[in-house]
Amino acid sequence: MALLEIENLTVTFKTSSGPFKAVDSVSLSCDKGEILSVVGESGSGKSVAMLALMGLLPWTATVTADAMRFDGRDMLTLSARERRRIIGKDISMIFQEPMSSLNPCFTVGFQIGESLRLHLGMGRAERRARSIELLKLVGIPAPEDRLSQFPHQLSGGMSQRVMIAMALACNPKLLIADEPTTALDVTIQAQILDLLVRLQRDHGMGLILITHDMGVVAETAERVQVQYAGQKVEEQDVKGLFADPHHPYTAALLSALPERALRRGRLPSIPGVVPGQGDRPPGCLFAPRCQYATAACQTAPKRQDRALGLALCNYPLVDGVPQGHPGKAAEVNA
Amino acid sequence: MIRFLLYRLALLVPTFIGVSIVAFAFIRMLPGDPILLLAGERGMTEERYQQLQHLYGFDQSIFVQYFNYVADLLSGDFGTSIVTKRPVLEEFFTLFPATLELSLCAIIVATAIGIPAGVFAAVKRGSWLDQSIMGVALVGYSMPIFWWGLLLIIFFSGMLQWTPVSGRISLIYFFPQVTGFMLIDSLLSGQKGAFTSAASHLILPTIVLATIPLAVIARQTRSAMLEVLGEDYVRTARSKGLPPMRVIGLHALRNALIPVVTTIGLQVGVLLAGAILTETIFSWPGIGKWMVDSVGKRDYSVVQGGLLLIAAIIMIVNLLVDVLYGLINPRIRR
Amino acid sequence: MAHTQALQDKPATAGAMRKAMLKEFWYYFSQNKGAVIGLYVFAAIVIIAVFAPIVAPHSPSLQNREALLLPPFWEQGGQFAFPLGTDAVGRDILSRLIYGARFSLFIGVVVVTLSVSFGVLVGLVAGFFRGWIDTAIMRVMDVILAFPSLLLALVLVAILGPGLMNAMIAIALILQPHFVRLTRAAVLSEREREYVVSARVAGASRLRLMFVTILPNCLAPLIVQATLSFSSAILDAAALGFLGMGAQPPTPEWGTMLADAREFILRAWWVVTFPGLAILVTVLAINLMGDGLRDALDPKLKQS
Repeated sequence: MALLEIENLTVTFKTSSGPFKAVDSVSLSCDKGEILSVVGESGSGKSVAMLALMGLLPWTATVTADAMRFDGRDMLTLSARERRRIIGKDISMIFQEPMSSLNPCFTVGFQIGESLRLHLGMGRAERRARSIELLKLVGIPAPEDRLSQFPHQLSGGMSQRVMIAMALACNPKLLIADEPTTALDVTIQAQILDLLVRLQRDHGMGLILITHDMGVVAETAERVQVQYAGQKVEEQDVKGLFADPHHPYTAALLSALPERALRRGRLPSIPGVVPGQGDRPPGCLFAPRCQYATAACQTAPKRQDRALGLALCNYPLVDGVPQGHPGKAAEVNA
Repeated sequence: MIRFLLYRLALLVPTFIGVSIVAFAFIRMLPGDPILLLAGERGMTEERYQQLQHLYGFDQSIFVQYFNYVADLLSGDFGTSIVTKRPVLEEFFTLFPATLELSLCAIIVATAIGIPAGVFAAVKRGSWLDQSIMGVALVGYSMPIFWWGLLLIIFFSGMLQWTPVSGRISLIYFFPQVTGFMLIDSLLSGQKGAFTSAASHLILPTIVLATIPLAVIARQTRSAMLEVLGEDYVRTARSKGLPPMRVIGLHALRNALIPVVTTIGLQVGVLLAGAILTETIFSWPGIGKWMVDSVGKRDYSVVQGGLLLIAAIIMIVNLLVDVLYGLINPRIRR
Repeated sequence: MAHTQALQDKPATAGAMRKAMLKEFWYYFSQNKGAVIGLYVFAAIVIIAVFAPIVAPHSPSLQNREALLLPPFWEQGGQFAFPLGTDAVGRDILSRLIYGARFSLFIGVVVVTLSVSFGVLVGLVAGFFRGWIDTAIMRVMDVILAFPSLLLALVLVAILGPGLMNAMIAIALILQPHFVRLTRAAVLSEREREYVVSARVAGASRLRLMFVTILPNCLAPLIVQATLSFSSAILDAAALGFLGMGAQPPTPEWGTMLADAREFILRAWWVVTFPGLAILVTVLAINLMGDGLRDALDPKLKQS
């Protein structure tokens, strides 16, 4: 059994104009020592699924799932108090904006020490020693001095290192990194990613890396799950995904990578935006932006088998060719 | 921090000069001859008039008069009461502790109730609890406190006979002033029942004076908390598995307090304006009643001196609030 | 949503656009139930004040010697002729309250008009010309704000002499620094915007820039502040009346009525209760409206 198993997770938000499904029947698993990458544009419900696992969604959200097991425990039936004993200790999370994710009113040492005291019951001196150890681990120079500093005295990259140190404080079994490098400079991005991968290997953690950047995926992940508008549209290991994407959306994402644009000229882009609350198509959610969509795509698309990357598509691509496609004549959006 | 303080102090200088000009001009703007007003004597001879004119320095140019006035102020001479012939500063210091005791009690009550009320309202946003707290706060904010005091007297003193109507302590007790605070002095005196008497005299005026600051603090705390609760660092704190009490009461409130402290500081002016009405209603022998009585008795040198002293208090308190603001806001501390 | 629909129809004329803006404003304002209640209550008070001679059962100054300190009609000894009782010289309290509404609204209108027109003018000058004019004006405003408002009003009335008119002038003077500060801050943030720069480049005169180009874009915070000042003006005027420095007896001003009633406080609760209640209800209604206006006009809060 995998460390984390989520089956058919659905998250619905109550809004002033009716319910909104941010996550739609998403299944996900991640094992010890594994890196899973969840990829998708903004608004595809990547973070929401993870926040649902952590119990960090606002009260307007309703979470349902067939199963949500972590380390053999059913996270769905846990009370809030029992859940709080797991999150921050066995599962921890780092966020997109390191600068605003640290509390400006407390020192670095205080914020790292908080988890140590809460979950491990460490005393003052122990906490200090462990905090210094953690800061060294994430590559912060002169950790003794950093402990008494406030977040506004740190740079963005430094803040994210502190966030990682905080997340690692209790030796978690699973680390969720939600767009950990998006807000950082390009040079710092690579450093932070290397750090995350190294720490994951050294500690044998599971790592779920949420990103919209295929470049990040290529550098770090082992298994990739592509999400679109709250649905999982494809899942493959990273090599297979880059070599032979099965869902047209994955293919489109990959061809938008600058490294992959072989021909000279404009970088291809995906027309349109992720559907929101008001403009959800009836069938396949990607159909309005898909070059292969036909009338059949107006009803719910088929889930393909594992050999075709579990692609949620009627005409999965194999080597760039849509399988079973009726041809140009039947296409709705040329 | 020191530079910040010096800057704030430097800003006070022009304001203080302005305030002294207002006080200086006050006597000269009153309808009627300032010399007759200051002397408070009837049927004055021409000789006596000349003598007084020279004594008060009115025979000199207006600039010399002003500089003499400021020089007097700096040497601690704030004028002499026309009615009692006592120095204004001396009267001020005998009456000020009464106002200070009342104001401190009021601001303590307002803070102790206002901050928790605002926090509850923000956490339970949109609930009936939020709506009732904010409804009561708006009524308090709109309250004509002089009427509110009379109502409380009708109810608690008239109908229930629980509290006395006026004064600081029952006339049967007498003991020397040590601190000027009746609550403390009555305890020090060791007389039986003295403290209870002092406390029962203090209750209604405190409620009346606390009403508006309480409402303002509750409203400000709510809006500050609402802003802070949406911040990323609150999510970080929750992701550590901290109990809600700690997330709200420490991580969120600590940040929300920064604007609230400024608001509390600004209430000092409101308190002193309120003290004018409250002290008049409850015959509380403080500086508010002193000012009203002096205007009524045309004791204009007291009004002039009191105006300046009260403005000075407000400026000093505002400076202290700035210091406090710097102390609780790490971004300014260093 | 209906309001967005209304906005999407491209307005053809300035009139249509204004209508659409008003519609949008009303949508946000009416979302706040308290504000709508406040508006109705305030409208009712205005109507009562305007038609006071028709609505009031008695003259506010008529002294009924045979009906001194009568309680309200539901108490023992009360009469239906005097629904809320009579005061110490036999005047009908209800009628005095109804006429008092005229004074309170009059005070609010005069004070707000005075302080807004003066404050906005000075604030425009300070924000527009900058330099030493700005510094001098703002230091003067600091000085005014260094005093507790009521104390300064009290002292000003001591200089000018007690009376309703002088009380209003004093209150207008202590309220105007808020308008100066608001206007100046708004002008400072607006004056570097592209539309102002382009108007300047197009050769608009300084006066035109100040009043026609910049001012209309600073209106929202000013309207909210004006509403709040309306209620503080009523409160402060009543407080001055209560201290004997505002409207003088026998004027049926609410604060002055309370001052007259003080000596009967433990004997006749109604002479004290009703005038204060009238002040509270009026001020509360205006503040409710003020909260609604702020929500409707502040684009920052609109999204939430």
